[in-house]
Amino acid sequence: MMRRWADTLLPPSSLLLMAAAIYMVFVYVPTDKVQGVVQRIFYFHVPLAFMTFVAFGTVAVASALFLWRGTRGWDRLAHSAAEVGMLFCSLVLITGPIWAKPIWGTWWTWDARLTTTLILWLIYAAYLMLRSAAGTSDQGARYAAILGVVGAIDIPIINRSVYWWRTIHPAVLITREGGSGLADPRMQATLGVCFLAFLVLFVWLVWVRNENARLRDVVEELRQQALATATRRQIQTGTA
Amino acid sequence: MLALIRKDLQIEFRTKETLASLLLLGLLTLVVLSFAFDPASELRAEAAPGALWVAVLFAGVLGLNRSFLSERDNDCLQGLLLCPIDRGTIYLAKTIGNFVFMLAAQMVIVPIFVFFFNLPISSALGGVLLSLALGLLGLAAIGTLFAAIAVRTRAREVMLPLLIVPLVVPLFIAGVQVTAHVLAGKPLDTVLHWLNLMGGFDAVFLVVGWLAFEYAVEE
Repeated sequence: MMRRWADTLLPPSSLLLMAAAIYMVFVYVPTDKVQGVVQRIFYFHVPLAFMTFVAFGTVAVASALFLWRGTRGWDRLAHSAAEVGMLFCSLVLITGPIWAKPIWGTWWTWDARLTTTLILWLIYAAYLMLRSAAGTSDQGARYAAILGVVGAIDIPIINRSVYWWRTIHPAVLITREGGSGLADPRMQATLGVCFLAFLVLFVWLVWVRNENARLRDVVEELRQQALATATRRQIQTGTA
Repeated sequence: MLALIRKDLQIEFRTKETLASLLLLGLLTLVVLSFAFDPASELRAEAAPGALWVAVLFAGVLGLNRSFLSERDNDCLQGLLLCPIDRGTIYLAKTIGNFVFMLAAQMVIVPIFVFFFNLPISSALGGVLLSLALGLLGLAAIGTLFAAIAVRTRAREVMLPLLIVPLVVPLFIAGVQVTAHVLAGKPLDTVLHWLNLMGGFDAVFLVVGWLAFEYAVEE
């Protein structure tokens, strides 16, 4: 039931919301007075960053549940969320510098938020590497789950350390988060629609990836059954 | 647990393999990094803490990689797991063993570091050693857990650094900061928050490793 609903509802709603988001970002919303046109990337950058953290939160929770319960479903969810989170995190790290170059005058600064995101990307790159190196066995799934949990515990500590390391914060970051840049209600509406669009896109992508992994498990199980039956038949004909 | 630690130390004492490779790699790193910075430059003193910690990290990862290879080669890990002891105990024993090796290697690397970088060490020695001890304990706590994992994957030699280097970033930053501050002659209580961070990191990941090790070695 839920499967049919998700398959029929998620693709069109994601498409519509994304179309609306693109329209609002490029046509509807007024250009920022101070930062100019480049500020428009912010409407994609911030929801992407937010969904990155949602993704990696999902990985941590699903990993912990997998270690606790041992259900394959949790492992599949963690894997799917990690892959989609990796995509979103990469996009955050690409859209950020595009904005930073004209505004800060540099592609990259070792600011706490930027550094944490980069380390997060590295941890989950290692997570996906580990998954491919450890195979599809239960053992590999457990290894990945341990990294998923340890990584999530580590993130606040990493954030603290890079925060202390670079205490001088560019003031731009604060005004960017504060109201001044988004005083216009049209800007707030655009950001809201973008958040919703990326949320639905995220759920849809994770859903598709998760279904793919589930079907692969089902096929694998059927293959094992067929193999077992074939072997049994061979033995029977052999003895007869 | 004491027997387990003694076993690792005894093997090491008889072959001296790990310790020798740890030492040489740490030394090589320091030499290579010395070439990276102009000997006449003022920047050299600034780069010294970073150089020390890069050497620590490289040598540490190498040593951790070795710690489970020997167990795997003769199926010793299997034997260890069959012992009627808690998996967490095996983890703690392995962690302490790794910690002792790395600390022993540092006892030689630090004097060489002082020698190469021509540092005024007398007053700063306590702070540097304290930060090293805390940093190595955390590295051993994270590293032992993931070494047990990496040893059973394909491409295990590259897997371990990939897994642990991003995770120990806080220790690395804190270690470099503490070393830089005490080498600049500042008192230890100006870096107390960094030492606290390292201590907290160590405590958290010793507990996490102790709990998670069971899942890492389970068949």
